[in-house]
Amino acid sequence: MDAPSIGLTELELDALTELVNLGVSNAAFSLREMVKEEVILSVPKVSLVSCDEAISILGEQATRRLVAVQQNFDGAINGRALLIFPEVNSLELVRAVVGGAPSLEDIAELEQEALAETGNVLLNGCLGTIANILNRTLKISLPEVIYGESGDFFKEPPPRSASDRVLFVYINFALRGGDLKGYIAMLLDIPSLRTLQQLLKELIENIAGQTSISKTHVD
Amino acid sequence: MVKKVLIVDDSKLARMGVIRALKALHPDWETEEASNAEDAFANVKANLPDFILMDYNMPGKDGITLAAELREFDSSICVAVISANHQVEVVNRAQAAGAAFLPKPLTEKALAGFFETTAQQRNATGK
Repeated sequence: MDAPSIGLTELELDALTELVNLGVSNAAFSLREMVKEEVILSVPKVSLVSCDEAISILGEQATRRLVAVQQNFDGAINGRALLIFPEVNSLELVRAVVGGAPSLEDIAELEQEALAETGNVLLNGCLGTIANILNRTLKISLPEVIYGESGDFFKEPPPRSASDRVLFVYINFALRGGDLKGYIAMLLDIPSLRTLQQLLKELIENIAGQTSISKTHVD
Repeated sequence: MVKKVLIVDDSKLARMGVIRALKALHPDWETEEASNAEDAFANVKANLPDFILMDYNMPGKDGITLAAELREFDSSICVAVISANHQVEVVNRAQAAGAAFLPKPLTEKALAGFFETTAQQRNATGK
């Protein structure tokens, strides 16, 4: 097994999870406006894994055909964000976003657009919230919908190497009573991961500054 | 008068952020922390806090369900649910559970507003 080239401390991972949680929570509000009903979200689980581990986790899905919405981002940190879920779920998502009882023809026609818009809302919610709280600007590209199996999503830049890491976020969201299990993967190059770690350190220092010496009981 | 405040959040950093906002307003108030529903209940029974500030989206029991159970246990405790998920259904459920809803990240202004509103309600009801 390759030694991880970068690791996050428990508190840094906590901070990152909290940022992602804020991001998807904000995104849930926007999604709710789109589908006109409550969007129920699970607590995101965030981990830092290798590309091979990410491919393996995605490969455990019941269906091998996956759909992803991807967006590139650059600024203080550079990389690619993907919202990934089983292709069978995508029709349910389209029905929820389009509303009413669309015909199969309509669904087929609107599928790409609905997927792109949903991905855009969720990924922008995450990336935008992270950028805002870290006081950095990120330029985010337009969403692109891609279909394939798990390995297909990790072929494009940033290039794979023995040391590359993927920020892997598992979320479960429910619309119209149906569960949509999805993943958000953020692929960052090593310099960007180091920058992110530095920004997380600054965030923690900023928040902890006045409270670390307070009289608190920590479980 | 010194008050006791329990902060419930699975994220340590989020608890630190809430404590920071609280200490800016009331440096002398006592704070306790819990990272899940079970610890929160144990703390409430042992310490009888005046206020509980809790996260909504937590593993296991969510903040609104916990708020309803804690209010059932002791209706005099003032509870606020804190979340970035401000969908109208979530805000309504928090209020139906007898809790206030405060947006996350928590600001000193929002927290001060919560304390002020609960003080007014207590004065009005004579509690």
